Amino acid sequence: MSVTLALPARARQRRTPFPHAAALFLLVVAIGTAWPQVLTAYDPIAADPLQAQLPPSAVHWFGTDQLGRDVFARVVYGARYSMLIGVSAVGIAAVSGTLLGLAAGLLRGLADETISRVLDVVSSFPDLLLVLVLISFTGPGTSNLIVALGAASIPRFARVVRAQTFVVAGSGFVEQARTFGLHRATLVTRHILPHAAARVPILATIGLGSAIISAAGLSFLGMGPPRPTPEWGSMLAEGRNYLRVAWWISVWPGLVITLTVLSVNALGRRWQAAFDGRQA
Amino acid sequence: MSDAALLEPAIAAPARHGRMLRQVAGRVASGLVVLWAAVTLGFVSLQLAPGDIVSLLIGEQPRTPAVEAAIRAEWGLGDPVAVQYLRYLWRVLHGDFGRSYILQTDVSGLIASQIWPTAKLTAAALGVAIVFAVLSAVTTAGRSWARRVAGSVELVLASTPSFWLGIVLLFVFSFTLKLLPVAGDRTLSALVLPALSLGLALGAVVGQVLREGLERALEEPFALTVRSWGTTGLVLRVRHGLRHAALPAVTLTGWLVGHLLSGAVITEQVFGRPGLGRVTVEAVLGQDLPVVLAVAILSAAVFVVTSTAVDILSLLLDPRLRRDRS
Repeated sequence: MSVTLALPARARQRRTPFPHAAALFLLVVAIGTAWPQVLTAYDPIAADPLQAQLPPSAVHWFGTDQLGRDVFARVVYGARYSMLIGVSAVGIAAVSGTLLGLAAGLLRGLADETISRVLDVVSSFPDLLLVLVLISFTGPGTSNLIVALGAASIPRFARVVRAQTFVVAGSGFVEQARTFGLHRATLVTRHILPHAAARVPILATIGLGSAIISAAGLSFLGMGPPRPTPEWGSMLAEGRNYLRVAWWISVWPGLVITLTVLSVNALGRRWQAAFDGRQA
Repeated sequence: MSDAALLEPAIAAPARHGRMLRQVAGRVASGLVVLWAAVTLGFVSLQLAPGDIVSLLIGEQPRTPAVEAAIRAEWGLGDPVAVQYLRYLWRVLHGDFGRSYILQTDVSGLIASQIWPTAKLTAAALGVAIVFAVLSAVTTAGRSWARRVAGSVELVLASTPSFWLGIVLLFVFSFTLKLLPVAGDRTLSALVLPALSLGLALGAVVGQVLREGLERALEEPFALTVRSWGTTGLVLRVRHGLRHAALPAVTLTGWLVGHLLSGAVITEQVFGRPGLGRVTVEAVLGQDLPVVLAVAILSAAVFVVTSTAVDILSLLLDPRLRRDRS
């Protein structure tokens, strides 16, 4: 389900359509994450049975759900949870993946062999399934979900950083820095790490898209924040039961997830294209 | 690559045959190692997880002396860890995944009874993905406007959560147009929407790879030769181009099957279908570890088998890969 966009080289050369629209949409999502009350005056939790299941209108832009809560307000406040889970998970994966990859690339030998083989085994589980296994040990909940999602995508970062570390550590300028008598720690932090990890922010951006989808999917299955938290995935799960009578409860949150992921992917691609152009 | 490998095509055929067999054996062996490691990882995580192993295996249900005694007997918790490990390996090797103390049933029997609907869904979704990818690549490769439109559609599809696509499809085709059944797994038509919602996003990714390969193939000298015979259009694309483009897409298939299996967990939930996915979700929420570990090992096995098969298939398809790549 979560799809990594490993793009063909040719596609990278083309310009991504609508970069401005994507950036603008993400800006709105960011505002919703930081100051949701700017975008909506409604309370995302307060139920009002008299207003239940109203279709979208000028008063309730996205309609109201089965308990009479404003769907637009819930979508806006939901950005906080979905973005928090996605960004933290990718952050955990990027930091630990970079450290592991760097360690494997620098230590070589047995340490490298051990780290690489463990990563191979971990990647032989389909990624969502790995998250499910981790959650069955820790139990559901927001922080467990973040850790599980993060841990499952460590290999993606570790592999790239490991390969880059090999290249950088063997290159001329590192050799030269070493002849100057630089301390090993300085050599690694100042000269090797910045180059070895150059691609990590791009990988993280592309990974963020699939992390948001995975997070919403797992919340959809009931493994995210408990109800009545307005998380996008759990809104979809609740709305699924009322699809026959009120499509707007589940259609809007899903549309917002799709647009967010689409924007992240489009910008990630563009960045990747720019990076590859510079490298070539 | 050694000098011997460069000279190799000139040497008699039996030697080449032997090398090929050796490579196939190597792939199978490394697949088995990964599988063994996956089982071991399951065992190790049971040992390392916080809390004692009995309460882990019981999951979310009251702990009674009777159940505890049963677990101790089944896993031989009095024995040294090494003996427990060997016993676990032995049991998994014989397809025995132990007992679920929450569901009061043998895990293997439970999985065997639920695997068919999931296999059907995965196969149908794989079909959707391949058909979409081939159609989209063949009809739009190298055509400036069409490829741009198809590329955008693919980007949108790859960014759409499969469960939301499922909900939208349900709303349009089942609730509004009333063309297809809402839930269940009784008829073939009940398979259409789940397969579409699961397969389209992956088809979009494969389609991008396939189009890229096809465009590269169509620019090669052999394509010009074929064109000079007067063969153009669909015949050129399908008969001559697609063969060259297929290899990278085929290597994606192992990855694809893994994603389909884990995607099925969510799709089954959206469409209220029976199957392994529903079993998995209930097991994860109830922390029923024997079931979760069995599903994980099973899907790792499926992944290893498909990617080994794909590796061997590419060896058969592409002679260049048969040379040593060391």
